[in-house]
Amino acid sequence: MAKGIWVIVEQSKGTVRKVSLELLSQGRKLADEKGEELVAVVLGQGIGSLAQQVAQYGADKVFLSDDANFANYTTGAYTSVVAKLIRENEPSLVLFGNTAVGKDLAPRVATRVGVDVAVDCVGMESDQEHYVVLTRPIYAGKAFAKVAALSARPIMATVRPNSFPVADPTAKDAQVINVAPEIDANDLRAILKDVLAQASGRVDLTEANIIVSGGRGMKGPENYGILEELADCLGAAVGASRAAVDAGWKEHKFQVGQTGKTVSPTLYIACGISGAIQHLAGMGSSKVIVAINKDPEANIFSVADYGIVGDLFDVVPVLTQECKKLKA
Amino acid sequence: MNIVVLVKQVFDTEAKIVIKPDGKIDDSSVTLIMNPYDENAVEEGLLLKEKLGGEVTVVSVGTPKAQDTLRTALAMGADKAVLVSDPALEGADDYVLAQVLAKAVQGINPDIILTGRVAIDYGTKIASRVAEAMGIPQVNTVTKIEVNGDKAVATREVDGGSELVEVTLPAVFSAQKSLNSPRYPSVAGIMKAKKKELKNLALADLGLAAEVVAGRMKILNYYLPPARKGGRIIPGEPAQAAAELANLLRTEAKVI
Repeated sequence: MAKGIWVIVEQSKGTVRKVSLELLSQGRKLADEKGEELVAVVLGQGIGSLAQQVAQYGADKVFLSDDANFANYTTGAYTSVVAKLIRENEPSLVLFGNTAVGKDLAPRVATRVGVDVAVDCVGMESDQEHYVVLTRPIYAGKAFAKVAALSARPIMATVRPNSFPVADPTAKDAQVINVAPEIDANDLRAILKDVLAQASGRVDLTEANIIVSGGRGMKGPENYGILEELADCLGAAVGASRAAVDAGWKEHKFQVGQTGKTVSPTLYIACGISGAIQHLAGMGSSKVIVAINKDPEANIFSVADYGIVGDLFDVVPVLTQECKKLKA
Repeated sequence: MNIVVLVKQVFDTEAKIVIKPDGKIDDSSVTLIMNPYDENAVEEGLLLKEKLGGEVTVVSVGTPKAQDTLRTALAMGADKAVLVSDPALEGADDYVLAQVLAKAVQGINPDIILTGRVAIDYGTKIASRVAEAMGIPQVNTVTKIEVNGDKAVATREVDGGSELVEVTLPAVFSAQKSLNSPRYPSVAGIMKAKKKELKNLALADLGLAAEVVAGRMKILNYYLPPARKGGRIIPGEPAQAAAELANLLRTEAKVI
């Protein structure tokens, strides 16, 4: 009988990523309901102290592999170890963050152990018949699907950051099991040659609580400075619409929408964005949407909780000043 | 260089999603296009062929309508196309699609397999799955590929930066938008495409066992997100409105 709810934990330089804490928090609730254990899988180098951290967020057991092979994420090494652990322990459910790592790893591990994986889930409900029912956006959020696994186990899912709240940590210990870094020779045919960090110290778009985004109304790449200033004050990430990316003002990695990133921040501030259907698909699940646009007929106002009809070049700098006052 | 590009036919990005009374998604009045990221994969295949020689074969699993998408790829310059179409694949999950694609591709014996980083309809990330099904390495979300003999170095976009990954070929690469700018099919290309080989295969032709194509997951139902209502337009001069907005975000929405 398959047992256990697993979270494949992502860490960077000794800190657990927020999305992993969200999954542990949600996993804890489900584990209590099912009467099963919550298990964290932590791979990395110099990560001994993380076992305590994941225990505080609910893990009963930690599979830990502290090894030079895991200093950086590589598909092969991680797949070898995670797939082997799953085969040996047969968990009920395995959760990954829908991050660069999760998106690369989960489908590979799932195929190896012979199951499917529901990607980019935004909801998860306990279910008598199917164990869990997962909610995933399709067409980038223009519609949603409720999906369930048939008889194959484990059930696997990648979960979008910001889908579940992080619970308060509690004093708690976990059983730590050290895992040997056994990697199949066939998994060593991709070698990580170099890691190039991005210069921007900003939070990643997909994990940001607040996003300030600019579209065609920005008029040019030189004007993004005013959005950067507002973002600095709010601790926000900066995004762009497809119009701005197609015009070459921002790189594609900043694009929010169906052919860019799908985001669910607490606050999304759309500046000079008309609100094309493919853009709305990418940010429609934001909790609060603010629209600043000169055109009172702009479609973005039909989804915005707060709107200002006006020139963003007049409005945004004042908003930044007000933000600074509030934060002072 | 034997190059295979996996493409998928999807709804146009401007399409509105309508759920029919029977609970299925209405595909009768939408424009169908090649998955935008797959266009980048086709382009990269063509660029690699121009540089290294060889042949580009585009492969898809879909309904007979997907022939149009394969013809588009042929018009861009691909040499041959294969469509796997079978009523038994209706509603197939991604596990199954990957098994079918891997089987279809294995016969072509490729050095390089390219596809889009994600399908914009169901969010499918097929590259990792096909690579695993074929037992070969993958590099996802690539912005650059350099082939050197039996190895390739790819730049992979990750959260907060990028990585350089070296793989031994054959390997699967999934394209990020910034990999290249896909070409438009020329009129001559469209004419030529009509005469190029487009092979139609059913599951039986691939010799796949029924258990391989048995789904692992199923969709219980679809629903549309609750329609957002336009909220409040804050009146006044820009400065006044912006100050009021900041106040509302703090005291009413409690988000800053």
